[in-house]
Amino acid sequence: MGLVGSYQMRLHRKRKILRAWRKSSQLRCKQDNTGNIKPGDILLVCTLRNEAVRMPYFLQYYRNLGVNHFLFVDNGSTDSVMDLFAGKSDISVWYTNGSYKSASFGVDWMNALKRRYAHGHWTLVVDPDEFFIYPFCDSRPVRALTDWLDTSAIRSFSAMLLDMYPKGQIDEFPYQAGQDPLEITSWFDAGNYSIKKNPQYGNLWIQGGPRARAFFQDNPQKAPALNKIPLVKWDRNFAYVSSTHALLPRGLNLVYEEWGGEKPSGILLHTKFLNTFSHKAQEELNRKQHYANSIEYQAYAETMKNQPDLWCKWSEKYINWRQLEILGLMSKGNWA
Amino acid sequence: MTLGVIMLVHTDFQRAVQVARHWVAAQCPVVIHVDASVSRKAYRDFRAELKSEELIKFSKRHKCEWGMWGLVAASQTASELMLDSFSDVRHVFLSSGSCLPLRPIAELKAYLDARPGTDFIESATTADVPWTQGGLEAERFTLRFPFSWKKKRFLFDRYVRLQRAVKFKRRIPKGLVPHMGSQWWCLTRKTLSSILKDPDRPIYDRYFQKVWIPDESYFQSLARLYSTNIESRSLTLSKFDHQGKPHIFYDDHLQLLRRSDCFVARKIWSRADRLYKAFLTEPVQELCTSEPNPTKIDRLFAKAVERRTIGRAGLYMQSRFLDRHWENGVTASPYSVFQGFEELFEDFEPWLAKASGCRVHGHLFAKDRAEFSGRQTVINGALSDNANLRDSNPQAFLTNLIWNTRGERQCFQYSPQDLQKNNWLMAKDPNAQISVISGSWAIRLFKSNRSFSDLRSEAARLQKIEADFLKAMRSPWSKARVRIWTMAEFIEAPMEPLQTIIDEIGKHSPRRLSEAPRMTDLTGFGQFLQNLKNQGMHPYLMGDFSVTTEVNSNSKPASRPYLVR
Repeated sequence: MGLVGSYQMRLHRKRKILRAWRKSSQLRCKQDNTGNIKPGDILLVCTLRNEAVRMPYFLQYYRNLGVNHFLFVDNGSTDSVMDLFAGKSDISVWYTNGSYKSASFGVDWMNALKRRYAHGHWTLVVDPDEFFIYPFCDSRPVRALTDWLDTSAIRSFSAMLLDMYPKGQIDEFPYQAGQDPLEITSWFDAGNYSIKKNPQYGNLWIQGGPRARAFFQDNPQKAPALNKIPLVKWDRNFAYVSSTHALLPRGLNLVYEEWGGEKPSGILLHTKFLNTFSHKAQEELNRKQHYANSIEYQAYAETMKNQPDLWCKWSEKYINWRQLEILGLMSKGNWA
Repeated sequence: MTLGVIMLVHTDFQRAVQVARHWVAAQCPVVIHVDASVSRKAYRDFRAELKSEELIKFSKRHKCEWGMWGLVAASQTASELMLDSFSDVRHVFLSSGSCLPLRPIAELKAYLDARPGTDFIESATTADVPWTQGGLEAERFTLRFPFSWKKKRFLFDRYVRLQRAVKFKRRIPKGLVPHMGSQWWCLTRKTLSSILKDPDRPIYDRYFQKVWIPDESYFQSLARLYSTNIESRSLTLSKFDHQGKPHIFYDDHLQLLRRSDCFVARKIWSRADRLYKAFLTEPVQELCTSEPNPTKIDRLFAKAVERRTIGRAGLYMQSRFLDRHWENGVTASPYSVFQGFEELFEDFEPWLAKASGCRVHGHLFAKDRAEFSGRQTVINGALSDNANLRDSNPQAFLTNLIWNTRGERQCFQYSPQDLQKNNWLMAKDPNAQISVISGSWAIRLFKSNRSFSDLRSEAARLQKIEADFLKAMRSPWSKARVRIWTMAEFIEAPMEPLQTIIDEIGKHSPRRLSEAPRMTDLTGFGQFLQNLKNQGMHPYLMGDFSVTTEVNSNSKPASRPYLVR
């Protein structure tokens, strides 16, 4: 890309930041503990809506990894999620009734919060149903990873979305608050991912997995993107472009090796397919607040009528990160 | 006689305090150098904490920057202080704040007592070391490096380029042979004081001040001038990756470090509580005198570097997506492609499965679906047989299949009727064994009942597709193991080529094929081709069939076509 292209990207990035600033007026702070954020803290930013049932385990999981502060955007929850957050000194919450879609699916709100609070911090951006896995996550806290990334002068870390599903029908196993969702959704597809390079932002575009296999057989190009770059040493001039799939400046998207070898990478275990899913899919279909007119949810609703079982004979049962590394879904790179 | 320890510290002072106390507890005097860029307050607090220790002294502070002279200056002043203030020190051990003693210090002392005149310093001439980074090997001694590589890279690079352009070359001081090695050494008082008190030291210092990364070469080169007994290895276990960054040890390396029998390891992650606890506070069992043996750790880190620089062949994933032509292995393991066999032989798939012992698929790239072996709808890795999914990224489909089934050889059928998107990928793949009986697509047309004008245009289309395919296979870029026979050639002696292919797949020990696949009835095929010709189409890929010669095909080929030895 030449000078003109680079300049256009710069304008694009500035526009994203401006837009984030504009959209941030929709946010109303409900609980501000950002004064507790110390230099070097690891932050987590998340947008949620009616996910109270998932929160106890979510908070436990990420506190265990060593996340120091949580920044939540509550997009019009009507459940008891605030009761869970109230009084927790490591949680700050902003509320908004604004349109998820017109805030670029939450990206603008989160960009605004990060610009304000995350400058100079390693920042993890995940959804409430995503669990971050990285090499050695069972023996080393996430700080070990970020320290290592710092010494290696690496600013961003990729973690592909891995869709997890139960063996049996999706609503067969009720999920209890506080339970590890992986007890239910413990299966995944190991080797049916398609990767292409996105020339615009330089990121990889990964599709596949059970969603492509079960919901998008007729239209694989429309299957959801699975590439994500959730962990970034944030700078106030950075911006996510679409979800956490791509960032600007584009250098942050070069999380893959092109000249031989493997860079280190992780996985986001995506536990969307709990029994709460059918209800959620119906609601999102009506709200039409998701990507491409919720085409994803239209496909789900269509297929869900027939009570699909995502599980197949060749599904893999999740054991640990080493298994994912052997299967080639993530890599230790030169971290040993 | 005892051992003195120099610690170069710039961060994580709590850990430095812990380690310094550990040395002192074993009656080893410690001289600490704190980087001059550390804030005055942090330095004061750090000193205050160790005030009560008589065996700990602080040396004059220098600004230490990676690759610059400061580190050497710091080691020099600290060494001078050590030698002057502790007269009973015989060996001086240079360490950093993130070094951790792994074995009881008494063992290290005993080890050194048994080798009183030995200098432990890794030191090799530049021509012989593979570990230099950045393409500056001998040049780091013959050019000048006044600019920091880390902070002023632009000036650093330009200045190097300029000096190369004007062919500038520094004179190396007389008598000095540049040597390089790990910066963590353990020298005897005799050698160290000879270096520090050398009347020519100002000359050497001036020279090394403009050498790149002098902490890896100053003591290493000068020790060669004075030492009578150099053991060229470091007592500090310290591994570097492909970019010259030190590998870091974490809690989960505990057992590995224990078993390494190294005296000191670097670099330890400052929050590795378990390591610090295990090596600094746990009571010592009986002393052992084994030699350090870091082979296992060496292997672990060598593997990590290999993974980062070469990676797993044929793997395409989120953090390894190689440019075309740069792949280390297009696919993960060998596989076989058969074009035209399934048309010519009626029971080719089961026959091949039996004869080769491999997994045999049908046409993986058929228009309507991927014909997996046993016509499963999903296969290893939950790869679907759906044609849409496959066609949205045919390369990924093939590379995924081979990756998912690594360890078991895959065979599949291919034909001009199939999706042709992977022709070049397979042609350039050394893992591919491709066998083609050209022109045998005509058999299917010959057997069909479609109108002749349809057949004629279909034949022309398929012939064109196959010709393109063959062009790729025969191109100079083709790296696959390709064998091509015309149909006429093949049916003359079918067993010989089949034997060759099966032998190459080589799952079974080489033996003669005892059973041949059944060849389809080709009566009238010659006439069929002639009809095509009469219609103005020119079928040439199948070789020459005469109109009258009836191919003797309904009789099975003899089961043992060769002389039995």
